[in-house]
Amino acid sequence: MGALNEPMVKPSFFKGMRGRDTLWFYIFISPWLAGFLLLYFGPMIASLILSLTNYSVLLPTKFVGLYNFEQMIKDQLLTISIWNTVYYAGLSVPLGTVIALLLAVFLNREDIWGRSFFRSAYYIPSIMPIVAVSILWIWLLQPRYGLINSFLNLLSIRGPNWLGDPAWAKTGLVLMSLTGIGTSFVIFLAALQGVPRHLYEAAELDGANAVQKFFNVTVPMISPSIFFVLVIGFINSFQVFTQAYIMTEGGPADSTLFYVLYLYRQAFNYFKMGYASAMAWFLFIVIVILTVIQFRLSSRWVHYGS
Amino acid sequence: MEANRTADVQSNVAGQEQRSQFSAYRALRLLETSLVHVILVIGALAFIFPFYWLIITSIKSNAELFIWPPTLIPRTVELFHYGDALQEVPILRYMGNSTYLTVLNLIGVLISSSLVAFGFTRYHVPGSRILFAALLATMMLPHHVTMIPLFLVFRALGWVDTFRPLWVPAFLGNAFFIFLLRQFFASIPSELFDAARIDGSSEFGQYWRIMLPLSKPALTTVAIFQFQWTWNDFLNPLIYINSQSKKTIALGLQDFYKSQTTVEWQQLMAASVLMVAPVVLVFFFLQRYFIEGIALTGLKG
Repeated sequence: MGALNEPMVKPSFFKGMRGRDTLWFYIFISPWLAGFLLLYFGPMIASLILSLTNYSVLLPTKFVGLYNFEQMIKDQLLTISIWNTVYYAGLSVPLGTVIALLLAVFLNREDIWGRSFFRSAYYIPSIMPIVAVSILWIWLLQPRYGLINSFLNLLSIRGPNWLGDPAWAKTGLVLMSLTGIGTSFVIFLAALQGVPRHLYEAAELDGANAVQKFFNVTVPMISPSIFFVLVIGFINSFQVFTQAYIMTEGGPADSTLFYVLYLYRQAFNYFKMGYASAMAWFLFIVIVILTVIQFRLSSRWVHYGS
Repeated sequence: MEANRTADVQSNVAGQEQRSQFSAYRALRLLETSLVHVILVIGALAFIFPFYWLIITSIKSNAELFIWPPTLIPRTVELFHYGDALQEVPILRYMGNSTYLTVLNLIGVLISSSLVAFGFTRYHVPGSRILFAALLATMMLPHHVTMIPLFLVFRALGWVDTFRPLWVPAFLGNAFFIFLLRQFFASIPSELFDAARIDGSSEFGQYWRIMLPLSKPALTTVAIFQFQWTWNDFLNPLIYINSQSKKTIALGLQDFYKSQTTVEWQQLMAASVLMVAPVVLVFFFLQRYFIEGIALTGLKG
């Protein structure tokens, strides 16, 4: 760009660039744009329409308005599945978050030997295939010869018939979920490394002990990560499926019939696709509301360090 | 450490008579350190021991499997359970199918996601922000909302019981990976591309010859996440695959368990070991990319 030509050339040059940029932008993003329309937006609209019909492979399709949603309110099994899911998430997410946070805080100390060993040990179970882990845990939770009850027996506790007892099946699945906290743990570990040292030094000069430092420095400083882990944790556990499908098939006595398992059955076992779509939309709305509410709340107590 | 240094300064100031108090402090400190190590070791055992148990169960004899207390170190090593499992179900076939799908998914997702991420990083044109917001929003959408209409579409196309529903979508980008790659691409100075453009490099040349070679760590992260997801995926194969010959390892392993009238634990554990092994291997060779990938997305998210 010569300085002399600038007044004349610049506008058209940049206009040309702008048009060219727009063209290239759309060329580069075209795979996603196609995917967005074909795999997300289109199906989303289709799902909304399906939820207002009685679509099933077996019957002629009719528009039924909000009938599916009315049925959902009356559906006893659906209520049970919601309760099971909330119970599971309510137990596994807070427990998992606390364990991940404590392990990360302990590992973040400067006087720890074998840090990379511990880091791998805590992380690796979370990337294991869920099907293999589920089958392993059926064996671990086996009432007589399983590892868990053998260990409890050592402490003179008679372990329950985990997956065979409606009162204990969900707890068994929660126990299994606690070994899969690796991602949360790594997020906490990275967040802890971002907390400035001088804050701890200042707290020490003020005579704070380890517990006080944890609650008054660590927790406020990494609260965005704690918050992120909690939200993602709830969103994921509301969609728990594979474990229950393989380990308990929703039983015993529907005690592990989780929401998505019930949705799957409605769609692919009973072919009530309209009803299942209505269920999917309810889940979607719950997830959106949860995200929005928690983000709102978080702005009050989450400390975003600069 | 910091506390020690502070304590050092204090003890120097306070003088000799406080020396005993200082060593008491040191002893307390040592006790605390040991206690933390004990907790960490117990934690590590809780996480790792189940997988040790998986392996030793696969080589125990029937008699040893059902004794109390269970043996922590197997007295007998019976490797034939692996052979039996391979004979019982076509595990190698399942693993081959999973490998085939993994390769196709890797190719698809690496090409499509990097192209899209390059578009979002390099060109700031009207509408690009809104489209990026739409991309982020799709990450919130549960798979179960689109699962049913997609099934109906793929069924209409005659794709049920083929591999296509399990790999074609990968070629249309993945919001999570596009986001991850854009985060990484944004850290590469745009002057590099401006200079290349002036030197006459085409837009596609800038992507191929500058962006991709500089982004190997981020692309590796994408690849290992995708590998893990395809290899471990259960729901999609469950929905789409019916034929025995097309089952993935996740579906096949589940089938193996469900088809047994009396559970052959050693064979089941042997099959599980075979499914887990590639994941563990990939982790040990590429573990830093796992950790970095989480830091790249989890924290900035």
